[in-house]
Amino acid sequence: MYTPDEGQITVDGRPVQIPTPEAARAVGISMIFQEFSLIPTLTVAQNIFLTREPRSGGGLLDDREAERRARAIFADMQVDIDPTATVESLATGYWQLTEIAKALSQDASVLIMDEPTASLTANETEALFALVGRLKARGISIIYISHRMEEIYRVADRITVLRDGRLVIAAEAAKITMDQLIEQIIGGKMEGAFAWKQREVGFDGTPLLEVRNLRRGRRLQDVSFKLYPGEILGLAGLMGSGRTELARALFGIDPIEAGEIIINGRPVTIKSPQDALAAGICLIPEDRRAQGLVLDHTVRENMLLPLLKTLDRFGMIDDARGTQLVESFVQSLHIKTDSIFKQVRFLSGGNQQKVVIAKWLAAAPNILIMDEPTAGVDIGAKTEILDVIRKLADSGKGVIVISSELTEVLAVSDRVLVMHSGRSKTELARQEIHTEQELHHVVQSA
Amino acid sequence: MSSKAPDKDAGTPERIGAGITAEGQHVAGTEVPLRLGASAPTAARRGFDWRQYVVYIGFVVIFLVFAVTLGGSGFLSPNNLLNIVSQTATISVMAVAMTFVIAAGEIDLSVGSVAGLASVTAAMAVTQYGLLAGIVAGLLTGAVVGLVNGALVTRIGIPSFLVTLGMLGIANGAAQWITATAPVPILDDTYNSIFGAGSVGPIPTLLIWTLIALGIGHLVLRKTPYGRQVLATGGNEAAARFSGVKTRNIKLQVLLVSSTVAALAGMLYAGRLHSGRFQWGQGDELSVIAAVILGGTSLFGGNGTIIGAVIGSLMIGLINNGLILLGLESSQQEIVRGAIIILAVALARKRSVA
Repeated sequence: MYTPDEGQITVDGRPVQIPTPEAARAVGISMIFQEFSLIPTLTVAQNIFLTREPRSGGGLLDDREAERRARAIFADMQVDIDPTATVESLATGYWQLTEIAKALSQDASVLIMDEPTASLTANETEALFALVGRLKARGISIIYISHRMEEIYRVADRITVLRDGRLVIAAEAAKITMDQLIEQIIGGKMEGAFAWKQREVGFDGTPLLEVRNLRRGRRLQDVSFKLYPGEILGLAGLMGSGRTELARALFGIDPIEAGEIIINGRPVTIKSPQDALAAGICLIPEDRRAQGLVLDHTVRENMLLPLLKTLDRFGMIDDARGTQLVESFVQSLHIKTDSIFKQVRFLSGGNQQKVVIAKWLAAAPNILIMDEPTAGVDIGAKTEILDVIRKLADSGKGVIVISSELTEVLAVSDRVLVMHSGRSKTELARQEIHTEQELHHVVQSA
Repeated sequence: MSSKAPDKDAGTPERIGAGITAEGQHVAGTEVPLRLGASAPTAARRGFDWRQYVVYIGFVVIFLVFAVTLGGSGFLSPNNLLNIVSQTATISVMAVAMTFVIAAGEIDLSVGSVAGLASVTAAMAVTQYGLLAGIVAGLLTGAVVGLVNGALVTRIGIPSFLVTLGMLGIANGAAQWITATAPVPILDDTYNSIFGAGSVGPIPTLLIWTLIALGIGHLVLRKTPYGRQVLATGGNEAAARFSGVKTRNIKLQVLLVSSTVAALAGMLYAGRLHSGRFQWGQGDELSVIAAVILGGTSLFGGNGTIIGAVIGSLMIGLINNGLILLGLESSQQEIVRGAIIILAVALARKRSVA
């Protein structure tokens, strides 16, 4: 995809030139992309052999042969995927496996996986790890890129840390502790960003937000909870437990069908994002690229999008004030960008996420819902985002944090609400949870 | 003969230098920041990115070429130049509205036919009930069509390409039907003078209409919350919706305005040619879309430039006019025009990122 300006790549001791992805494949290097490179409308087998389709006698495509070979690869991987199914009909977890099958079909000896578990459920992740183990046993080398520390230690034999485009450290996994590793990654000590401190939250006054028996479709069946001023409420649960659906319902994207939403003691009706904003609720959506940002627009335009009304001066946008506002957020959140006029597409994941957060902080909500606020964000930005969450709550706002990373939920929450099958199942005060393992257990068995 | 649009304007080079980049949203604010790299980010950050200015450069180059080769044939005469602007006015006006539609991620293929239909309804109403009725009838025609387009796209969810393709046929058929394919003459001098044939001092009213559309369009797209919401809707509809933008309303509105402005263009045809006729505007949708894209607006939505669109429109008119003066046959003109458009868009293309 990019060619090196300098330096050398060797495969099996032989120096190679890799000007194109095809050349990489020819020397046995395959990449599993973070954003999948599959064509949804074609079948699994057609995708695996795209541009390298088996031919029959007359030079025509032989789909049967492709399916046969695909089946053999899947059997080898010990996964059960029907090669004749179209990719769009598969759960996303299987897309990843199809990608891997595609790489294997090209006799890859080096497999590069970039955040392979980003869109996988817990079970799928386990299956992937098992597969990684089997591939390793077959002599295939894997470069596993991930932000998730636990994963790295699960799968890696050796760990390499890059920072700002430079090699910082390369060591055997057994010889470096997680704390040392994190230090190397962020380039300094971090003062217990993941450590939880008890905060003072008044649980006796009127709740900032009270939700009673919310229902929408099958995914959201019966949810009730309260959120107090200055509180951070962690929302845990398995994939599909209704966490994201709850967030979307409260923000008016998919309005509720039954139940009550009460803000500061007054019932409100939320049928659209406009209603939610009027009620002081903001949502940081789970997918920043698809829902949070207009990637082709600049940092400034993205940040100001929800604020256009407040910047209205005689029908025109007050550009000077907008620029000032944006500059101040770029500074306070340490957003790394050459200019506020840079397209957000070219910012790193962490900085993109900060732009999304800034966008909603600027709108000064009373209640901020954050859906996976640190997904795909490097650990430095992650600690900064957690700090922002704490500060926001300290200023008296209510924050709901949805996260699949329990470490993170435990790091910031005052209370944790566990959801299961569209219901609010268990409510735990943070003090009651002593280890991540305990919470993990509650989430799994809820 | 449908009157195709030729054009060219003498006064533009100044505006070209005025610091509004082909892509450039925010020239305002404190100092003008380094904005040049914004659309071709891989390009050198401080370098001059000429790709953004292709339409302006092309415009000047074509003008100079014609000025040199056709100087003797009256190309440079004020009359000819004003004539180019006047003949292009309908395309320019529609291109302004189309920029909003395309920037919002939609398309409107019905503008040419709507122009024809509105020219007819306006002409009939002027003749029977007078000036005011004519204006109302024309604009109302466009508004109704636009509302139908918008409702079908945003409430039922049919792609605008298909809705407006169908509407292209419906509007054209309706115009033929109610007139039995005959032209409807307009004898009202006031109407003809306001909408096309007249002038204020030396300035033709059609130039004034173009400038009005340009001014309003540019301000709304660049400087108002509405314009920003249109760009956000086209850039990423989901993100816009999550940001509190009423994206369905935005889409309905741009389609409504596009049709209404197309109706105005039809009324300009009627004024200039002293009659309403179903053929006026026929096929214009392609010139209009070409002008918008030439100007630097992305066909995929999310960005847009009104000034570019008008210059694009003038460039098409300039080419038409020059080729006629060169003595090319209409078949040859079409080939050359097509080739130039492809060339310009190819030059302006952003280098694809990986």
